[in-house]
Amino acid sequence: MVVSLLSEVYNGEIKYMQILDENGNVDASLFPKDLDDSKIIQMYKYMNFARAIDAKLLSMQRQGRAVTYAPLLGEEATQVGSAMAMRPNDFFVPSFRQHAVYLVRGLPLEKHFIYWRGFEDGGAIPKEVRGLPVTVPVGSQVPHAVGLAYAQKYKKTGSAVLVYVGDGGTSEGDFYEGINFAGVFKLPLVVIIENNQWAISVPRRMQTAAQTLAQKGIAVGIDSIQVDGNDVFAVYKATKDAIEASHEKPTIIECITYRMSMHTTADDPTKYREDAEVEAWKRKDPIDRLKKYLYSRNLWDDKKENSMKEEQTKAIEDAVRKAEEFKPDPKSMFEHVYSFMPEILKEEYDESIRENFWQG
Amino acid sequence: MNMVGAINNALELLMKENENVILLGEDIGKDGGVFRVTDGLLDKFGPERVIDTPLAESAILGTSIGMALAGLHPIPEIQFAGFMYEGFAQLINHAARYRSRTRSAFQVPMTVRTPVSGGVRTLEHHAESPEAFYSHIGGLIVVEPSNPYDAKGLLIKAVHMNDPVLFLEPTKLYRLFKQEVPEDMYEVEIGKAKVIREGKELTIITYGTMVKVVQNVVERKGTDAEIIDIVTINPLDESKIIESVKKTGRVIIVHEAEHSFGVGAEIAARIAEKAIYSLDAPILRVTSHSFPYPFPGYEQYYIPNEIKVEKAIDKIMSM
Repeated sequence: MVVSLLSEVYNGEIKYMQILDENGNVDASLFPKDLDDSKIIQMYKYMNFARAIDAKLLSMQRQGRAVTYAPLLGEEATQVGSAMAMRPNDFFVPSFRQHAVYLVRGLPLEKHFIYWRGFEDGGAIPKEVRGLPVTVPVGSQVPHAVGLAYAQKYKKTGSAVLVYVGDGGTSEGDFYEGINFAGVFKLPLVVIIENNQWAISVPRRMQTAAQTLAQKGIAVGIDSIQVDGNDVFAVYKATKDAIEASHEKPTIIECITYRMSMHTTADDPTKYREDAEVEAWKRKDPIDRLKKYLYSRNLWDDKKENSMKEEQTKAIEDAVRKAEEFKPDPKSMFEHVYSFMPEILKEEYDESIRENFWQG
Repeated sequence: MNMVGAINNALELLMKENENVILLGEDIGKDGGVFRVTDGLLDKFGPERVIDTPLAESAILGTSIGMALAGLHPIPEIQFAGFMYEGFAQLINHAARYRSRTRSAFQVPMTVRTPVSGGVRTLEHHAESPEAFYSHIGGLIVVEPSNPYDAKGLLIKAVHMNDPVLFLEPTKLYRLFKQEVPEDMYEVEIGKAKVIREGKELTIITYGTMVKVVQNVVERKGTDAEIIDIVTINPLDESKIIESVKKTGRVIIVHEAEHSFGVGAEIAARIAEKAIYSLDAPILRVTSHSFPYPFPGYEQYYIPNEIKVEKAIDKIMSM
């Protein structure tokens, strides 16, 4: 005899939300009520600013003025929409591509450049940003976010924690272990899966046989949703809803977006993907559609566009100048290993100075 | 008190002292831990502070890192050191370097407890001595007590620090012997070795399960040996070792862990760098063999015993 005992437990539906379509039209029934025009303009500015910072770092890397860099091109709506939904006291835990999240949360821009020029000093994220530094090992940041969320619940702060992970990251053990903990302990955690379709050269369909990444939440008892990740309104709304619910349960939000550029400056995407695919996604560009929306509502014009670009270019040039003025202090490498300096480190440092190992 | 009682007592005092101290691990709550080290703490402090977690070592350590970054002081327990490899990346990639990679803007105050070493006929993977792996990594502190008094004081000191500390508990010593242990809070210094017997002819450097073995041989033979229990493996108390070696001119290093590329090799290298001209004989190591820990039926052929220590003493004293 074969019977279905699980029909009540397993409901195979994953909802997909889009509010702003590719042509700039809005689904008014879903439009977030708290999103006023000034906030929408702010979103547009952040998305443009992030794209400009990205372009700057890319060119700096090509000139040898920055280290290997992971561009966010194409993923601005996912990052800006979710970050702007955060309340002042919420925390975020990024992976390594969430440059726009730092921007929205107020990381001093020169810190961003100092980090990507290869200095730990850029990882000293100021407390008021309420975010952790970049995490490079894929997926390993998820348990950290779980621990932060546990601390919020234990201390009854009311804060939620947003953690960002890519499509590739959802294949890591730490992703599963982390969301499983969050489900068991009902933590105030919002998992943003920034599904940009590619994990270096591996396409989304080769990452998992699961139809959606969001459905991984079902296995651990967490509510999940898919949203158009190039639709800043949908990402904003889904994140806002998840944060509001976070006092009683975690949520997974899979944002469907596209990595328009390379994984990092160390690879060439033309080797592993078709131009036609990239072209198709270009038509879904997150900034273009928001621009169409703003123009259609007369909230924006070419003059505003030009002065925004000028301002942003100037801010970037200022930050780059400050970052390039930054002088590393090799002693800091020895001073920040432990809360104290053990004999062996003192000895290694003193010898380096005495023998002039670093004179070059 | 035996070592289990001493650690349990330390945990209770620490949890009473600071409500940010949180325990988490597999079976540590209702079951009180597989060795009963956390027995009774769930009833005293409740399930928010004594957390029975799902079976996931990487998440136990990763979650602890997140808690520590948020200002708590987690004390995760990994049920056996052989299962900690599942969470190795969290310790190496994150716990060890959060401070340095953020220039102290963030720190990871956490104390990871785990049972180590063998001699109690456990199944596979339950008798590992992995201290060298973790000691290789700057940013982590690695301690291993050899008696109940040190276990309590070291654990208290570890939790009073703002660093990630790996607290290795030799399974064999959990209930092997009892000692007078004060009921109150006290600290045993981290980074300081202990000269547990003074001597002039030979220095024997050891820690963990081997301390008792060495003591037994030296007492029985009446060798004029200085015995140093290093207590903290990393950072090593090098000056105490060098001072003793300069006095005696002979060194034997004794540990239970595998022979090759172990803690003994590091200690020998430091002595070679700093005191080679004080040596009257080559440095000897008494260790297990250069292969993974065997099944319980073979462990008596693997762990260094008193005979092996005695032969090494005879050999070095004849050179």
